[in-house]
Amino acid sequence: MTLLYSEVEEELRAAVRAVLADRCPPAAVLARAESEPYDPSLWKTLAVEVGVAGLLVPEEHGGAGATASEAAVVLEELGRGVAPVPFFTSSVLATYALVRAGEAGAGEEVGGLLGRLAEGRATAALVVPFAASPYRPWPVRGGVSEAADATGERLSGSVAGVAGADVADVLVVPVPGPDGTAVLYAVDREAAAVEAAPSLDLTRPVATVTLDGAPAARLGVVDLAEVLRFGAGLLASEQLGVAEWCLETTLAYVKERRQFARPVGSFQAVKHRLADLWLDVVRARAAARAAVSLSGEARPDPVAVAVAQAWNGGVAVHVAEEALQLHGGIGMTWEHPVHLFLKRAKADEIALGTPGDHREALASLAGVPGPVPVSE
Amino acid sequence: MEEARLRELAAEFLARHDPGGDRLEFLRARFDAGLAWVWYPEGLGGLGLAPELQRVVDEELAGTPQIDVGLQGIGLGMAAPTILTFGTEEQRRRFLRPLWTGEEIWCQLFSEPGAGSDLATLATRAVRDGDEWVVDGQKVWTSGAHHARWGILVARTDPGVPKHRGLTYFVCDMRAPGVEVRPLRQITGEAEFNEVFLTGVRLPDELRLGQVGDGWRVAQTTLMNERVAIGGARVRRGGGMLGPVLDTWREHPELRTHDLHQRLLALWVEAEVTRLSGDRLREQLAAGQPGPEGSGMKLSFARLNQAISGLEVELRRDLGYDDWTFRRSDTVDFYGRGAGYRYLRAKGNSIEGGTSEILRNIIAERVLGLPAEPRVDKDVPWKDLPR
Repeated sequence: MTLLYSEVEEELRAAVRAVLADRCPPAAVLARAESEPYDPSLWKTLAVEVGVAGLLVPEEHGGAGATASEAAVVLEELGRGVAPVPFFTSSVLATYALVRAGEAGAGEEVGGLLGRLAEGRATAALVVPFAASPYRPWPVRGGVSEAADATGERLSGSVAGVAGADVADVLVVPVPGPDGTAVLYAVDREAAAVEAAPSLDLTRPVATVTLDGAPAARLGVVDLAEVLRFGAGLLASEQLGVAEWCLETTLAYVKERRQFARPVGSFQAVKHRLADLWLDVVRARAAARAAVSLSGEARPDPVAVAVAQAWNGGVAVHVAEEALQLHGGIGMTWEHPVHLFLKRAKADEIALGTPGDHREALASLAGVPGPVPVSE
Repeated sequence: MEEARLRELAAEFLARHDPGGDRLEFLRARFDAGLAWVWYPEGLGGLGLAPELQRVVDEELAGTPQIDVGLQGIGLGMAAPTILTFGTEEQRRRFLRPLWTGEEIWCQLFSEPGAGSDLATLATRAVRDGDEWVVDGQKVWTSGAHHARWGILVARTDPGVPKHRGLTYFVCDMRAPGVEVRPLRQITGEAEFNEVFLTGVRLPDELRLGQVGDGWRVAQTTLMNERVAIGGARVRRGGGMLGPVLDTWREHPELRTHDLHQRLLALWVEAEVTRLSGDRLREQLAAGQPGPEGSGMKLSFARLNQAISGLEVELRRDLGYDDWTFRRSDTVDFYGRGAGYRYLRAKGNSIEGGTSEILRNIIAERVLGLPAEPRVDKDVPWKDLPR
């Protein structure tokens, strides 16, 4: 296991960063946030020209067959730009679910869909609440059930808080199967009602997906908790990217902003806070790398993922909050992009399990069990 | 390739030297064979190899007589790299071998009652007298001075120039007349450290390390190595200060509370990400990409040790203390003795080897490029500074 970045990863990072620097400055993200948050043209460039859409798709289906570690580097960069593209929801979460279903012996349907995703011809979304965790994978309210009629299988039900559904062509819908498994179905976007809701995260809004006897194609069986765990491990890299942008932008600001005839970054109260934030981010990088290097091509490592989420979720929020505070009044304005990062950080903190959920899971994963009930 | 060769060398060495024989003879022979610290030059206990190859020798020679890294900590971690970098060929040959074998123990004569974080303002004087230097002053927080044969000493040789420029680095003969070592009792009850009084101590000029007036630069090498030594040790998952508290937690379910559980899990996570950062840092160093992460390791280490040991005392609900006896301790063991001792000893972790406040300044200025603290004493001759 290595916690460093490979040369291939650094090249991939440079390619993504160059595209984002050119096409996705914070001002551009902000300008479109309230009308059409996703940027289809930017996504086309990243997905097809840089080839990020096919990273996690096996070579036999036309993808790059890359590791989680490579996809994580893309997420760091997308996090640094709060880039409004469906990489995480389509090319990581939905794609991993499909790859797993494919390995479990699903039919040609999965291979064909993965091929379309890899080529950037289609975008998918996994229909789970984005707030679902590996420890509680199914929706608390609502949910989808299946029924077959003469024309084939049909799905009905509703799932709220789904990320990426509003830009998906294909909905990948898990339905409870035997022995705690999930049966995955593909539903055409046109056959579902997808209602975007006003969302805390402007750059990755959530939507309610409602299916009313929608025609569905059975894809295969997966362990939904494992799919969400894989996603949670990679989300730690996005959180790292968000935190890095906040730290770097704040550093640049406090070096420039003068009050009391000196840069505010020369005050020790500010310097020490930034030193502590830097140390938090250094450790977030190690945690993010551990979560993906242990995941590799095999199963996500439950301890490494829980550690990375328990740490990085809080760090991204903390650094974003401190960034806002250290920007002073300008940080509170709509015009300054720091709020986009705060909103992403806060939404990411909830996505795929809160830091508290992941710490709680470590009680059994790390052998630190809770109190035993006392009998009177 | 090199690894295979090294394994062969270690095997040949073992074939020629009986690890069951005299301990010191074995260690001396190991030094002479270049298998002491492989990254040191040939002839000085090493083979000029990459530091990560030390692991190979350590594996091959496991189970043979070993040096005492606790007692020899200052020598190995601080004096040796400084002597290697700044010593003359004669000094390196004289000091490094007995330093490594443990025949000669070293201590560090840096801090003074009036010079802690602002070490460069130190007042111990060294005045030249022919081929000798006469040293007068007082040093403090000197661990192991009562065992030490030699001390690394920074003293002021020119009070007429600004503080950083008037310092010179010496090796102090701890047996010289005028060296008096007094135990300094700490909050733990024991005396791990000493005060060292230097009164008319005469040191030959051959014991000077580096140029006259260059002591600050030489001392930087020592201090950099000190921070690595304090915060840089490899730990296993759930190890270090967490080890004893996790043992207590698992063995005594009746002591667990929800509040402690939440806090313990949060500390477990922080300890784990800190451990991973250390692993990543070592990987970077091995790959020849040293990063600035090292500056933060001691800061994290101190915070965690204090929080974890404090939680352990609370968990145990034990109002006792193992031993307040005023006694000398031979080695520093942050994780030894009882929970109360660990809690009190950990308080020193954010002070020794650079306070956490100074380390934050260093990170802010050297890593993050923030403006330096105002320095009113920078261009003032040391003798004119207000005291």
